Amino acid sequence: MQPLQPGSPNQQIFADTLLELAKHDRNLLIVTSDSRGSGRLVAFGKQLPAQVVEVGIAEQNLVGVAAGLAAAGKCVFAVSPACFLTARGLEQIKNDVAYSDQPVKLVGISAGVSYGALGTTHHSLHDLAVLQAFNNLDIVIPADNFETRAAVEAALTHPRPLYLRLGKKAMRHLHASDTPFTIGKAIPVRRGDDVAFLATGETVEIAVQSADVLADRGIAASVLSIHSLRPFDEAAVLETARRVQAIVTVEEHSVHGGLGSRVATLLMQAGVTPALRIVGIPDEYTWTGSQQEIFEHYGISPAGLAATAAGLLEGRPLAVGSTGAH
Amino acid sequence: MQIPELERKSIQYRRTILSSIAQAGAGHMGGSLSCTDILNVLYNRVMQVDPANPTWPGRDRYIHSKGHSVEALYAVLADKGFFPAEKLATMGCAGSHWVGHPTRKVPGVEQNTGALGHGLSVAVGMAIAAKQDGLATRVYTLMGDGELTEGSIWEASMSAAFYKLDNLTVIVDRNTLQISGRTESVMALEPLAERFAAFGYAVRTVNGNDVAALVDVFAQTPFAPGKPNLILARTTKGKGVSFIEDAADWHHHVPTAAELAAALAELDQAEQHWQERYATLATR
Repeated sequence: MQPLQPGSPNQQIFADTLLELAKHDRNLLIVTSDSRGSGRLVAFGKQLPAQVVEVGIAEQNLVGVAAGLAAAGKCVFAVSPACFLTARGLEQIKNDVAYSDQPVKLVGISAGVSYGALGTTHHSLHDLAVLQAFNNLDIVIPADNFETRAAVEAALTHPRPLYLRLGKKAMRHLHASDTPFTIGKAIPVRRGDDVAFLATGETVEIAVQSADVLADRGIAASVLSIHSLRPFDEAAVLETARRVQAIVTVEEHSVHGGLGSRVATLLMQAGVTPALRIVGIPDEYTWTGSQQEIFEHYGISPAGLAATAAGLLEGRPLAVGSTGAH
Repeated sequence: MQIPELERKSIQYRRTILSSIAQAGAGHMGGSLSCTDILNVLYNRVMQVDPANPTWPGRDRYIHSKGHSVEALYAVLADKGFFPAEKLATMGCAGSHWVGHPTRKVPGVEQNTGALGHGLSVAVGMAIAAKQDGLATRVYTLMGDGELTEGSIWEASMSAAFYKLDNLTVIVDRNTLQISGRTESVMALEPLAERFAAFGYAVRTVNGNDVAALVDVFAQTPFAPGKPNLILARTTKGKGVSFIEDAADWHHHVPTAAELAAALAELDQAEQHWQERYATLATR
């Protein structure tokens, strides 16, 4: 296997793409909550100051103002750290955006445990769970630079409310630049019929590396980048689940209510039941370190995922209580 | 619409509110009756709207932030012709879009509201957009006084002043009552005019149940160039029916058949007085 080529942080690609698009579209606005620095939107602010609506550290107002701007016909990207946007602004997301059907693009930056050692206040491990429970809010979590650029371009004309979840780690390139990208369509990254990693966001890269580790051991793994939780690509998940013996879902989110839960409920109800393991952040006081250290601690690493996959194939059962749900 | 006609409309709207809440078996009586005159003046005198084309781009915008007082909004929108008045009979019925808080499924409603403290931010966004696009659009939102304890109101107020939104007019239905009792005993709001002024609004206080006074104050907007407008409308909760007025118990009390009959009789009497008053004026 060729090593994956290094790229940029998805947030940087988001900001660069948006600036490029906004230069040709005065109707495109960003709404920020003192978040231009972390959103890498300082250049946007300097070059297109008239297209920035700054609200200060006020996430409720951020979302409400964005809804009003969208109602008036503006193409609005509301950008704020995912931890604050989707908790402090949650009722505004529910009512002002989703329920009122205002096509705001909510952009949760530094999502998951991107902020690492800053601790739980700055982590967003709940956002996919709560936002999946709101009707009328599409959810996109790009894995690499290509998916990020394509997602931002698709967001521009997306007719429904959208949540775009981004991280700040420099990502490696997973896809060729001519890979088709459609919101709601999972992208196959590796093909193998023993086990499948169904991953989302920044964990897709780790799943791909893990597939390479497994290949060295003679285990063939599929990797699917599930960049959209809504619309959810049920067909791709079912097709994959029918041809492998085991599935490992991987996400930078609580093991409750995110990708793994979505996959499990689909498979159980469809009667397609390969061995399944949900890998994410368990239900416990989150261990702290850098993003990578947190990932490694919870087995979200090439070796950790390979061990989980191999264990599943060997029929090793889940130890009761090991998801922390007690 | 001239003042006498507006006064008569208020009586008619109150009749619609009472009847529709009684028929639906649910609704917010006190707050709907207190803000009736404000909505009447907005829709019949102040705002540019087109009921035949509710999404006409040049329209003024109104956000009903105190969403629970939806029956007053429905009464006015039905009268304006945004939807057939028969739709009011579906309020509270299974499958109806005429639910207990406004939604955009109802023609004429700009934004879904009902959770308090949301309308002002949305109005700020609309007002910023109008300024950016150089449009003459004016944006209005009505908040209850009990609603003002929501912190989001003050976040939004800071941004309204920061962006110099003199095309935004915020009306506070200051009826001094919320569901648990007097606002000042639940969580004190005063000095309200000073607080809003300190947040950067140009503030006017008005009798919010006096249509002539309301017409006058709306005509004065913008009160100060570069400042958002705030109208502190002193109102009586339950206005127009003696036994409903200024009674916290009537926040969402549904009238019995006897109470409805007595209330409608009072409104009939008010309309009779109105006819006598303007007949006298006409013969002078």
